[in-house]
Amino acid sequence: MTMAPADADRPNPDALLEQANREKRGRLKIFLGAAPGVGKTYAMLEAAQAVRRDGGDVVVGIVETHGRAETERLVAGLEVLPRARLDYRGRAFQEMDLDAILIRRPKLVLVDELAHTNIPGSRHLRRWQDVEELLGAGIDVWSTLNVQHLESLNDIVERIAGIKVRETLPDSVLRAADEIEMVDLPPPELRQRLAEGKVYVPAQAQRAAEKFFSIGNLTALREMALRQAAERVDAQMLSYMRSHGIAGPWPTRDRILVAIPAAPLALRLVRAAKRMAERRQMPWTVAHVETHRHANLSDADKAHVTQAFRLTQQLGGEIAALTGDDITGELLGWARANNVSQIVLGRTRRTRRLFGRSLTGDMLKRASDHDILLVGGVEEEARPSGQPQRPPAAPLWTGWKAYAWSGLAVGVASLISWGVYTVLPVGNVSLVYLLAVLLIATRFGLIPSVITALVAFFAFNYLFTEPRYTFSVSDSDDLLTIGFFLVAAIFTGQLASRLRRQIEVTRTSQRRTANLYDFSRKVSSAASEDDVLWAVVHHVAATLKAKVLILLPDGGDLSIRAGYPPEDTLDQRAAAAALWAWGNGQRAGRGSQTLPAADWLFLPLRTQRGTVGVMGVQMDGADGYLSTEQERLLDTLSDQAALALERTQLVQDIEAAQVAQEKEQLRAALLSSLSHDLRTPLVSILGAATSLITYEEALDRSARLELTQTIQEEAERLNRFVQNLLDMTRLGSGGLKPKTDWADLSDIIGRALARARPLLKGHKVKVDLAPGLPLLQLDPVLMEQVFFNLLDNAAKYSPAGTAITVWARRQGSQVTAEICDQGPGIPPADQERVFDMFYRVQQGDKQTAGTGLGLAIAKGLVEAHGGTIGVMSGIHGVGASLVVRLPIPEGPPAAAPETE
Amino acid sequence: MSRILVVDDEAPIRRFLRISLGANGHQVAEAENGAEALALVRADPPDLVILDLGLPDMDGQEVVSAIRDISPVPILILSVRAGEADKVEALDRGAEDYVAKPFGIAELMARVRVALRRAPLAATSSIIQAGPVSIDPDRRIVTRDGAELRLSRREQDLLFALARHADHVLTHRQILREVWGPAHVEDTAYLRVYIGQLRHKLEEKPAEPVLIVTEPGVGYRLRTDVG
Repeated sequence: MTMAPADADRPNPDALLEQANREKRGRLKIFLGAAPGVGKTYAMLEAAQAVRRDGGDVVVGIVETHGRAETERLVAGLEVLPRARLDYRGRAFQEMDLDAILIRRPKLVLVDELAHTNIPGSRHLRRWQDVEELLGAGIDVWSTLNVQHLESLNDIVERIAGIKVRETLPDSVLRAADEIEMVDLPPPELRQRLAEGKVYVPAQAQRAAEKFFSIGNLTALREMALRQAAERVDAQMLSYMRSHGIAGPWPTRDRILVAIPAAPLALRLVRAAKRMAERRQMPWTVAHVETHRHANLSDADKAHVTQAFRLTQQLGGEIAALTGDDITGELLGWARANNVSQIVLGRTRRTRRLFGRSLTGDMLKRASDHDILLVGGVEEEARPSGQPQRPPAAPLWTGWKAYAWSGLAVGVASLISWGVYTVLPVGNVSLVYLLAVLLIATRFGLIPSVITALVAFFAFNYLFTEPRYTFSVSDSDDLLTIGFFLVAAIFTGQLASRLRRQIEVTRTSQRRTANLYDFSRKVSSAASEDDVLWAVVHHVAATLKAKVLILLPDGGDLSIRAGYPPEDTLDQRAAAAALWAWGNGQRAGRGSQTLPAADWLFLPLRTQRGTVGVMGVQMDGADGYLSTEQERLLDTLSDQAALALERTQLVQDIEAAQVAQEKEQLRAALLSSLSHDLRTPLVSILGAATSLITYEEALDRSARLELTQTIQEEAERLNRFVQNLLDMTRLGSGGLKPKTDWADLSDIIGRALARARPLLKGHKVKVDLAPGLPLLQLDPVLMEQVFFNLLDNAAKYSPAGTAITVWARRQGSQVTAEICDQGPGIPPADQERVFDMFYRVQQGDKQTAGTGLGLAIAKGLVEAHGGTIGVMSGIHGVGASLVVRLPIPEGPPAAAPETE
Repeated sequence: MSRILVVDDEAPIRRFLRISLGANGHQVAEAENGAEALALVRADPPDLVILDLGLPDMDGQEVVSAIRDISPVPILILSVRAGEADKVEALDRGAEDYVAKPFGIAELMARVRVALRRAPLAATSSIIQAGPVSIDPDRRIVTRDGAELRLSRREQDLLFALARHADHVLTHRQILREVWGPAHVEDTAYLRVYIGQLRHKLEEKPAEPVLIVTEPGVGYRLRTDVG
């Protein structure tokens, strides 16, 4: 009996989290069968009918009945959603209408044929991706699947049944299914159904079908399906035990690491690893080590790696792109850091490295604590990772050039040696040749240096060893000399060429780093969002030699904010891909799994706060796909771009917050002003009125009169305030339009003075209006309000007993009127703001009961008349002076005023 | 006949207060800002100060504190209705009571009367009659219509605290400090529970209390002028 550690009984938090996530998503049930015709669709429909009878909300998303009556009968009574029609190459196709289902939002939807490939132009490449989206939207899905469509069984099915299945389904989809129902039919019965014509087989596939439906094939497929279902049960059991804290023994969370070469073998290795990992319930990673030779690889070889990485992601594995010249060392380092217990390699036949070991041999020797598994490969495919197809100097002409140079070097060395030979012993001559080898090695790499060493060896032998001008050597000393020379030449050549390679690798990585540094410097120095966007598109376009776009959210939509070269429209497919990338935070478009028919690839620009935008890339190349290296670079660049964008958006947010805060302050000022200005007169009115009522008897006549006056004055004050408020509202909404007519300004000022008399009781008012002022086009009512407000303002802001002067003159093409007080004046800093709504100059000793609206209204009204209003210091620099300037209209008044 | 100082920057308000207080036989002094008010209190302490919190020269709260520093004169606050926090602060700083603007003159006069006959209650140790309830803090006896009520120790303390300041508003903090101690001035939940219990025992209709009334956002008041 074993003792479990104290916390072993506690449910694993990861497992619980996974379960919780699963509960929010829709549930996926897969009806799994071994071959077409076993009755998956039938079983699914039968179950759906049962759900419907129990009152469940079930609809048919898509079900292929292939015209079979018994299946069609089962569809009857179920709600069938109409299909979407798509035109592709001039033909109309029908596909499941994903959006219709999302809008209908049933509890459960039936989606036949999970492995189906959608017509190009659909949202997703594959139907299982449609199903993913449905599940993500919380809709339960039932679907059907034949076991041969499973990605990891692809090779086996091909070998057993001799057919290549094109519509493959990532195993992770089946693994993620919440429930699997095995629909089983013994092979003889299936064959009988086939004979009775009960299995749908497309007309053109009749002959292939005969072969496919052999008892042998069917038995094998059935076994595979049963095994899948059985493994599933194991997996579910494990998951259950984990989430319920049942004590182990647990398979350790070790990892399988697969090293792939840049060769066709890579795909096979990935599939093998996937099967292995599945069986052992282990996570798995596919790694490729990029050496300095990577640059010399053919595009086709590089594509193998890219493809293998894509397949890995489809199959639910992780990828690791490593760099370094020591492939074994890199792999082992990664393996140790990531709890890898098993390393999978492709079996290699030959070793190409002259002074190294094969990867397999090296790994076997150095990986002491790891299990090494070899997967057999086709001979031609077997090359260790990173190994180039051709010698390093791949293009022929550089090879030719290298050899010409090596010939030249040996020739020059021979000439110099000729001179040296006359004065020094023969041993020294070899040093001159060594120099030539060294030169070639540093310049052209290993192979030319070895060739040079050999040529030098023969030249040395022919020219300088006794007997001279022959290739034979008589002296054993000489023999030793040239023997050592050859070894030394090849050795130093190799060292020198390795040095050169290392310099190259360093240079490449330096270029990459410099590129990124350059980029981050550019975007971080960009202050505004537009600058950042421009820096990003410009840099990415230059680096990848591609067209680049950036789309940012704009209301509920995405809009193109920057492009290099400039681009302002996207076709429908590209736009759909961009939106999808934005909405789902995943890449979409060309080279991705979603909407691959688009011309552009869209990457979400993600930060911790979420997706801030979308970057679109269109490669100029023929196929328009990105290499792994470019993708890696693009990922890094898009991360940096996202951060830079986030930074500018944070700045914008802060600014917006400041504006909001200022607005909030204005609102608070407005509210306090309203509450003060409306309530203060009310307090007096209510107080005076209740006093009158309550103490009527006790009050003498003068007291009663005083109270009544208080009520009247305060009611008038309230009325002025309400009037101002209304005027301001109308001014603000543009509802206040002056009804202008020829009017005499003196007259208007006179009326304003009369109205303001009660307010001006305590002041000495001086009026000085120049005679013969021209008539102006004014709205007399509104202009009177202007001067009333100005007088009111002057009375409020200057102490009782001081003078208020009103004067008006003609000045050029306008009439200027001024109202000066002898109050404390307005500080220059406030002169701009006195006309703002609810603004009041802070007063030292007394808060005057102003509305904070009077001057704002005066300004609005004067400007509505085409005039201006300003503030300056009063007469002799004392107090404040408010200056109104009104334009004198051209042309005489229609009728001359009678006064003239 | 009392001497009352009215502090308000609004002349119309001072005017009607002067007239109506005068009609009630009070002698009225006026100040239109805080500095003036403090000078008057220092020179010739009045019997009551009616203070508007919105003064032009200094914060009304500071005026309350400054008056408290030099005189125990009761202070009646005039404050806008929305300013609960202001009221509480002024009361905590030692103001006697408050009237929300705008107010009827009768309401103000009632407050003025209560404020003028404050404080000595605790010393006289008289029995307080609030409607049908009579409260005797000395003998720790509370009766309702003559029948003795069974109150817990804490309920009694709470009721006596309210009774000592009968007809005055007490802020939550003031009550909590007096009954529960300075460590519990923030624990208003205690207070609500005990007030609820007291109302069940004292009030005729606990849901519509007339004896222990809530001053929203400020505190509680025990009313003795219930018919």
